[in-house]
Amino acid sequence: MAEIKKLVLGRKVVEDLDEDQELPHELMTVNMGPSHPAMHGTVRIVLTVDGERVVESDVQPGFLHRCFEKESEYATYTQIFPYTDRLNYISPMINNVGYAMAVEKLLGLTDAVPVRAQYIRVIVSEISRITDHLTCVGASAMELGAFTPFLYFLKAREWLFELLEELSGARLTYSYVRIGGVVSDLTPDFNQRLTDLLDKIDGVMLEVEGLLNNNRIFRDRMEGVGPFSAAEALSFGLTGPCLRACGVDYDVRKDNPYLVYDRLEFDVPVGTAGDCFDRYLVRLEEMRQSIRMLRQAMRDIPAGPVIVDDPRVALPPKKEAYNTIEAMIRHFKHIVDGIRVPPGEAYAWCEGGNGELGFFVVADGTGRPWKCYCRSPSLINTQTVSKTIQGHLISDVVPIFGMINMIGGECDK
Amino acid sequence: MARNVLDALTAKFGGAILETSSAYGDDVAVVKRESLLDVAGFLKSDPAMAFDLPCYCTCVDYLGMEMLTVSPTTPLAVPSIPSALPPEAPRYAMVYELRSIKHRHRVRLKVPLHDNDLKLPTLSGLWAAFNWLERETYDMYGVAFEGHPDLRRIFMYDEFIGHPLRKDYPKERRQPLVRREWTDE
Amino acid sequence: MGLEIATTKLEDAANWGRKFSLFTYPFVTACCGMEFMSVAAPKYDIARFGAEFPRFSPRQSDLLMVVGTITERQGPILKRVYDQMAEPKWVIAFGVCASTGGFYQNYSAMPGADQVIPVDVYIPGCPPRPEQVLDALMLLMKRVQDGRGHSQVRHKREQLARHGEGT
Repeated sequence: MAEIKKLVLGRKVVEDLDEDQELPHELMTVNMGPSHPAMHGTVRIVLTVDGERVVESDVQPGFLHRCFEKESEYATYTQIFPYTDRLNYISPMINNVGYAMAVEKLLGLTDAVPVRAQYIRVIVSEISRITDHLTCVGASAMELGAFTPFLYFLKAREWLFELLEELSGARLTYSYVRIGGVVSDLTPDFNQRLTDLLDKIDGVMLEVEGLLNNNRIFRDRMEGVGPFSAAEALSFGLTGPCLRACGVDYDVRKDNPYLVYDRLEFDVPVGTAGDCFDRYLVRLEEMRQSIRMLRQAMRDIPAGPVIVDDPRVALPPKKEAYNTIEAMIRHFKHIVDGIRVPPGEAYAWCEGGNGELGFFVVADGTGRPWKCYCRSPSLINTQTVSKTIQGHLISDVVPIFGMINMIGGECDK
Repeated sequence: MARNVLDALTAKFGGAILETSSAYGDDVAVVKRESLLDVAGFLKSDPAMAFDLPCYCTCVDYLGMEMLTVSPTTPLAVPSIPSALPPEAPRYAMVYELRSIKHRHRVRLKVPLHDNDLKLPTLSGLWAAFNWLERETYDMYGVAFEGHPDLRRIFMYDEFIGHPLRKDYPKERRQPLVRREWTDE
Repeated sequence: MGLEIATTKLEDAANWGRKFSLFTYPFVTACCGMEFMSVAAPKYDIARFGAEFPRFSPRQSDLLMVVGTITERQGPILKRVYDQMAEPKWVIAFGVCASTGGFYQNYSAMPGADQVIPVDVYIPGCPPRPEQVLDALMLLMKRVQDGRGHSQVRHKREQLARHGEGT
């Protein structure tokens, strides 16, 4: 037997190797390239590994830099809404809302937005937050090998896409919000459809939790992987579910309530260890809280206009624009010149799917902004990845990166 | 709420704070470049300030900005008279925003910079988030951060010449890395 | 004469096999990736066309779907991935950013993936509806069957050039 072993294994068999003898090794540079199956778009991680362990890493974003800031300097305030959609493209409504809040701050219209429009903004933001977490958790589970939860969550996401398609006309990039309100009212059967959908989504979440929460493989791959301390997280500017998983109770909706969040009852889930499993649990619980908020909002939404009644900001109703010359000129000036925002600088922020999403707008009095900077949570959260994966195995990079939820459009703007 | 942050800053640093304002509910302090590190250190370590969460940092390029005065009563059809910034005004302003989780307040710092003197000390030693954010500002505007551990481009590729978000860089000037040869196929 | 017809019939049969078993390499960059996920999901099933499982290696795939905006920085990588694929290969430009650049006309977004690689089918839309993607897939399948994809035509030309030199 030993003869056969020697023949098969070559000169040395395993027993011949000295226990204390150090095998020659060197550090190897491996590229997790910009085109990667982990479906997160384009980020390049240059890993220096010692065997399977990561010694050093260099995360290189920027392969999807689409010049959001430069484009917004050449576009009118309303034309920027499609650009904001494509920042965090799995929760586009929240980007729209954040940007609209920044411009309304400069115009002084924050309190003048009608209450119905504020409720509608909250409703679509929370629906977007649900799609964000569905995609994040689904894609991360798929990368770990759990294909079924991905398909279940995609099925649930399709329902929400269809609902929002009926509302705004597009499945993914809605451009539904406008300065001063939203573009159109809710469809007549929105309430009923949403209520049915929320029950179905609850069912889907129960199924997936049953598949994943006590799954040996899933827990082994996620628990204890990538723990982050609260102090370090704050120093890195981490916000959102990742920060809450570290134990810091910071949620923009509770600390600086905007729109009608102060009238809604909800809890903010906070984790303990800051590892991937905590982040996963925080996201699932946030989905449940979003569903809770949606039920309350649909119950409490008042009737009323959906856009502010200010001719400097809102387009005239179509009937007037086609029949009176004054409204037609107003429509024309809005489209060609844009909304003229008085000179000033303001920063408005909201709770995006990944953390604090803010827009810093510098206006110069014309209809186009002088500067529109997006404080993107993905970019700031991704910076922690190179710190977190040090000392972990290559295969741990996948859940860590998945749970950070780096969205290429937002990270590279 | 956070007016006391600006008061504390002016009390401690006096002449280094050029100007403070609270427009739109945002507290802004314009700080001289030389005292930036001291001000930032104070904001981080002082227990009454305790700014532990860095929010963002960016740069504004005011080249050619003409502010049109538009007031709430200006009708749409009336053109506004533009007023340009004076020529000796600083062309750039570096903007930092910081937040405190403990005291729930925030502050914005602006550092005016001139055209041929576009450098200032890095804050990445105090808050780790500014590592990449300052790289982004360097990439887009060309602001050099002294003492930064790893100052290189983050969004654009290394062969790119110029700093794209400056106002004198045209939007559509492409510097392609690769193009294919056009054949009949 | 008879041999040519047999060759053509053989090619037809091969193309028929190829069109119903396209192995995709989804070169996903941006928002269109979400619609690609929806196309692969059970509702708008791409599996019924045989193009179900994405092969995440260019060596093992024959359909490169360029999904999302290609930036100048990503250009060399796209070219390298395309060069690594074995013939015959086809390319679909998914979304208007990959077709012409979309509404990103600036210093960083490449005006279309066809600046770098030859594209067979363009799908406009921002993002395109899944039905548009399936329609484009059917167009591509027709192209594959006719032997008119860029790499197939290139192969034919090279064959003719070699055959011409041989005589």
